[in-house]
Amino acid sequence: MSLPDLIRAIEQADSPARLIAAVQSLVAVQSEAGIPTLIAVLGYNNPGAAMAAVSGLVNLGEVVVIPLLAQLDGYNYGARAYAIRALATIADPRALDVLLSAAETDFAPSVRRAAAKGLGHLHWQKLPAAEQQVAQEKALNTLFRIAQDPEWAIRYAAIVGLQALLATLNIQPSPQLASTDARSAALAQLAHLSQTEPDRAVQSRVAFAHHCLMHKISV
Amino acid sequence: MVELAAEQVELLEGGALTVEQAIDNLHHSDLSLRYYAAWWLGKFQVRDPVAVSALIAALEDEDDRTELGGYPLRRNAARALGKLGDYSAIPALIRCLDCSDFYVREAAAQSLGTLGDPAGIEPLITLLSGDSTVAQPMPGTPHLVQPCEAIVEALGALNAVAAIDLIRPFLEHSVPRLQYAAARALYQLTREPVYGDRLVQALQGDDLQLRRVALSDLGAIGYLPAAAAIAQAATENSFKLFALKGLLEHEVRSTDSPVPSEAAIRVMHLMDDLL
Repeated sequence: MSLPDLIRAIEQADSPARLIAAVQSLVAVQSEAGIPTLIAVLGYNNPGAAMAAVSGLVNLGEVVVIPLLAQLDGYNYGARAYAIRALATIADPRALDVLLSAAETDFAPSVRRAAAKGLGHLHWQKLPAAEQQVAQEKALNTLFRIAQDPEWAIRYAAIVGLQALLATLNIQPSPQLASTDARSAALAQLAHLSQTEPDRAVQSRVAFAHHCLMHKISV
Repeated sequence: MVELAAEQVELLEGGALTVEQAIDNLHHSDLSLRYYAAWWLGKFQVRDPVAVSALIAALEDEDDRTELGGYPLRRNAARALGKLGDYSAIPALIRCLDCSDFYVREAAAQSLGTLGDPAGIEPLITLLSGDSTVAQPMPGTPHLVQPCEAIVEALGALNAVAAIDLIRPFLEHSVPRLQYAAARALYQLTREPVYGDRLVQALQGDDLQLRRVALSDLGAIGYLPAAAAIAQAATENSFKLFALKGLLEHEVRSTDSPVPSEAAIRVMHLMDDLL
C-alpha cells in the first residue's frame, strides 16, 4: 500500500481493531510523512491504537519532537498523556519546557507522572554546553517541588526522575554542568525527603534512590 | 501536610469548609450540608474528638431519609468514622449493623474492618451467619440481603481466624466480587498462596471493572507473587500502580530495614515502568 493509502486506512477505519491494524501498518513503513497522522491517532480514544502510534513515533526519534510539541492537545488529556510519554521516551531536551509545565501543572495525574519521570532522563548533551546547567537546574527545582505534591504517585514519579537526573550529574562532572556542590546539596535534600516523606511506599523509594546514588559515588 | 492539601482542593472546588464549619454543619437545617459535612470530615481525616462525637451522634439521625427509608447521613457518618481511627466509634458502628438500611450496614462493616478493633469480629460473624438468606439477592435491589462482601473483607482485615470456615463457601458464590472478597480474606487469614493465586487468575477476566477489583484486592493483601501479573494486567496504569504500592508497603512493613529488600526493589522497578 502507498503512504496515502495507509493514511486513508486509518482515517476510514470503522472498528477499533481495524484502526489498530491500520496504525500498525503505517508504523511499519517508518515514514516521516506519516507523523501528523500518528499524532492525530493519539486523540482517537483507542488505547491500543495510541500505544502503537507512540511506539511508531518513538522509533522515528528526534524528527517527531517539533511536530509533537506543535500539536500538543490542550483539551484531550488522554492524547496529551501519550504525547508526553513519547516526548519523555525520546528524551530530546527541546521538550524541557513542555515537560516542566506538564509535570508541575497538568490537570491529569498520568501526564504529570510521565513528565516527571521524563525530566530525569533527558539527553542533556544535545543542548549547547552553555545551556546545560540552567536546564538541569530547572528540572531539579521542578522535581523537588513536586516531590512535595499531595498525591503520592506524583511524589513517587518525582523521586524516579530525581534519581535519574542526579545519576546523570554523577556521571558527567564537568565545569559546564551542575557543580559538585549542587549535586551534594541535591543529595542532602533527597536524604531529608526520606525523613519527611509521609507515605511508607514512597519513603522506601526515596531511600532506594538515595542508596543507589550514594553507592555510585563511593564506587 | 495532608490537611493543608485538602484545603487547597476545597478552595479549587469552591466548597471551602473549616473544621468548625463542618462540625457545625452536621446540625445544619439544610440536610445536604449535613451530608456533605460528614463526607468532608472523613475525606480530610479530621481527627478531632468533637468531630468524632458529632459523627457518632449522626449515626442515629432520623431527619435525612430517602423515599425508600434509607439514611444517607448515617451512611456518610459511618464511612467517615472508619477513616478517623477513633475506637470510641466502635459500639455505635456495631449497633449500625442492625440498621434497616443496607448501605448503613455495609458502611459500618467496612469501617469496623478498617478501624481494626477485634471487638468488631463477633457482631460481624453473627451478621454473616444469620440465616440461609444472608447471601441471596434482595428482591428489588441490586444487592444481596446482607453486605456480605464488606463483612467478609472486614473479617479478613480483623484477622478473624474463627471465621475461616464461615467464609470459605463464598469462594463459590455467584457474585464474582464476593468470591474475590472471600479469596482476599482467606489469604489474610491463612497465608495460603492458593487464595492469592485465585485473585491473580481474576486479572485475566473479561470485565474491566472486575479486573480493577482484583487489582485492589491484591494490593490490599500485599501478595508479592502477583507483582508481574499486576504490571501486565489490562487496566489503566493508575490502578496497577496503586496495587503495586500495596505490595511494596506490605513488603517494607514486613522487612523493616532501611535498605529495601530485593523483592521490594523488583516491585519498584515495575512501578517505575508504569509512570
